[in-house]
Amino acid sequence: MVATTSPSRRTFLTASLAAGGGLLVGFQVLPKPARAAAAASTAFSPNAFVRIGADGKVTVVLPKTEMGQGVYTAIPMMLAEELEVDLATVTIEIPPGEPGRFGKLGQETGGSTSVRETWEPVRNAGAAARMMLIAAAAQKWGVAVESCSAQAGQVVHGTSGRKAAYGTLVAAAALLPVPAKPQLKDAATYRLIGKPTRRLDASAKVNGSAVYGIDVKMPGLKIATLAASPVPGGKLRAVNEAAALAVPGVRQVVRLPDAVAVVADHTWAAKQGLAAADPQWDDGANANLNQAGIVAELLAASQREGAEAGKQGDVETAMRGAARKVEAVYEQPYLAHATMEPTNCTVHVRADSCEVWLGSQVPDTAKGAAAKAAGLPPEKVTIHNFLMGGGFGRRLEVDMVERAIAIGKSVNGPVKVIWSREEDIQHDLFRPYYVDRIAAGLDPAGQPVAWTHRIAGSSIMARLYPKYYKGVDADAVESAVTTPYRLPNNLVQFVRQESPVTTSWWRGVGPLRSVFVVESFIDELAAAAKADPVAYRLGLAQDDRAKAVLSLAAEKAGWAQPPKPGRSRGVSLLHAWDTYMAQVMEIEIDPDGLPVVRRVTVALDCGQVINPDGVRAQVEGGVIFGISGALHGEITFANGRVEQSNFHDYRVLRMSEAPQIETHIIQSTAAPGGMGEPPTAGAGPALANAVFAATGVRVRKLPIAKALKVKA
Amino acid sequence: MAYRIHVNGVARSVEAPADMPVLWVLRDLMDLTGTKFGCGVAQCGACTVLLDGEPIRSCVTPIGSVGAGKITTIEAIDKNPVGAKVQAAWLDIDVVQCGYCQSGQVLAATALLTANKHPTDADIDEAMSGNICRCGTYPRIRAAIHKAAGS
Repeated sequence: MVATTSPSRRTFLTASLAAGGGLLVGFQVLPKPARAAAAASTAFSPNAFVRIGADGKVTVVLPKTEMGQGVYTAIPMMLAEELEVDLATVTIEIPPGEPGRFGKLGQETGGSTSVRETWEPVRNAGAAARMMLIAAAAQKWGVAVESCSAQAGQVVHGTSGRKAAYGTLVAAAALLPVPAKPQLKDAATYRLIGKPTRRLDASAKVNGSAVYGIDVKMPGLKIATLAASPVPGGKLRAVNEAAALAVPGVRQVVRLPDAVAVVADHTWAAKQGLAAADPQWDDGANANLNQAGIVAELLAASQREGAEAGKQGDVETAMRGAARKVEAVYEQPYLAHATMEPTNCTVHVRADSCEVWLGSQVPDTAKGAAAKAAGLPPEKVTIHNFLMGGGFGRRLEVDMVERAIAIGKSVNGPVKVIWSREEDIQHDLFRPYYVDRIAAGLDPAGQPVAWTHRIAGSSIMARLYPKYYKGVDADAVESAVTTPYRLPNNLVQFVRQESPVTTSWWRGVGPLRSVFVVESFIDELAAAAKADPVAYRLGLAQDDRAKAVLSLAAEKAGWAQPPKPGRSRGVSLLHAWDTYMAQVMEIEIDPDGLPVVRRVTVALDCGQVINPDGVRAQVEGGVIFGISGALHGEITFANGRVEQSNFHDYRVLRMSEAPQIETHIIQSTAAPGGMGEPPTAGAGPALANAVFAATGVRVRKLPIAKALKVKA
Repeated sequence: MAYRIHVNGVARSVEAPADMPVLWVLRDLMDLTGTKFGCGVAQCGACTVLLDGEPIRSCVTPIGSVGAGKITTIEAIDKNPVGAKVQAAWLDIDVVQCGYCQSGQVLAATALLTANKHPTDADIDEAMSGNICRCGTYPRIRAAIHKAAGS
């Protein structure tokens, strides 16, 4: 049954009897902008559910997936807290892609949104279910609701000490009205939220039993591997099909306009078959696509006026009146995601239906893409979503679904399509190459009185959401339009400049780029003002939470004392994803002249912390991910082709390069901020600023290792 | 070719070409999917298994070269006392994130601690730098190895 609601007393909750006799509480998880629209609407349809079974087991079905970031621990913690159950009784179910159900939210895990979007609705659902279970027990016992309480999966009657397990109450509770205003617990009484908690998915990941998309097995499964045109837009010209079929175990060669796949009994045969097939390509219009040309176009674009993204005051007058002007151009390269689990997708395309198995950050988009590629209505497509061996934005895309369906249409039975690491890197959708042109006018004391920042690059938003694109890529300009600093008279512009290279989200998204530029440039201004980088930032920061994280990081890093001989420090500050973070990075310069990060001190205020140990894990991993990108990361094109292919030439940090990382968390009860991306965004500029402190070289073109080699 | 190979304490027969890497024999022919494919060229360590106790990159080890050697994968590492200690330390330190590389990390750490009961940080760098973790769990892997060494 669905509780009646009126616009004035909206619960945004429904309750009903679950199949199998449990209590099912439905609720909505919405992105922030959609919440106001939903509140104004009278129609309410839940997109997430909590199910409490007759066996007392609790399941939460949510549009969020696990890719290592720990949400399958943090979200159950929030629910178990309010529902008053042991954490061990809660499991998360990965829902299959259902575009209708999740409405505007989409079933998307990205943008450091999982905790931020579920914080209120999940706790409300847990509190409502708890109140209904208490009411059911009170009714059964004929006692006042106020005399009963909930603890550890039971309702307890205060005076008699009578107890009833939730499982025995769910059927009765499901018939009761949904509380109009669920009573949330006082933060002071939390027993789970804010306490270090071990991950719920750890055991399966240390004994080999965790199942990722690439591990899918089923009777009759064939394995395919593919080669796509190495040049964007190129076409398949010729394939030695006979040679491929001569490899034992090879069953089939599937030709597509721009790719070829070899289908076999096992991966090795497919790989050998593909080598034998020796595909030949027509490179097409992009045969001469070269890095220098791409960059020249972007540099030229950065000279053009762009669309206004943000403006305050009178920039021209203030710039003219400035005592001096500091200008810089920053360049940040294409980056591949290089998730440890290479791109893969398993499909079984039948005449009237289709099944897809993969780990996706966007299972509902995957469903739509599969339906379109298979020529079937979406309701005939089933998506089976799995754990992801890393996402970092790569699995926000569905190109692998389209490709696998195109291959699977020619295969009689299920086929798992596995990208080799080389194909994975060379046919990734890269973080855009960006050029940022930035300038500041300083007063005689070295304080900025005017600020202009122009961002030139491709627009991911325009590609994915063309309807909403109005000339400014809202993601790309984030953390450029709003910085932690007081910048009177500022202008931020965006210039869209596309190339044949397709670009996409990469951990840290727009702020990754903006924070690198702003934090490097603020460091340049501090140097121009002959000021200490921390003191200069503290003087400009306009928000107490920003100042607090910066002061704490500086204190814990011992900023006031000089570093040990041979070491140098750099700092960064950011406010993004509703989180404040400061990083102090301490480096040495090795005999080759390259920086080695020894120690990173991070202070953060992400509002209410759910799992402090999860926050620390995100800081450690995010910082290392950010160092990898800033120090080594670069994808380049020559003769239309990506020049990198595997971990030997697309380097990522290894154990011997991993620094000591300390995380200091400021306690807060403000609404939770995101934690998946801030550590990555803050790492690059802290490193570049440390390199400047060590060498006097201001790296304005990433990656740092290459910039220093070029200088040397 | 028919091979009789020893995997996780059991002798098993398998039909495979001599040049087929152990990785694909395990994953595609024996359903042992705990061993992961990462790079295919011994650059990342995700496919690490033990061959007579030594860590090998199964993605570049042909089945024809294994002979009577005994292969141990993540699925049976708990039977090895050092492996069990490593797994316990991994859980205690809460090392994993996405988890994809961790089978290889656990096996590499088991091999390290079998050969060297009290590795220094430099020993850990030496033994573990062939195993990439994109989630960046290195500080915890280091802590977990020290913990397992002390237990």
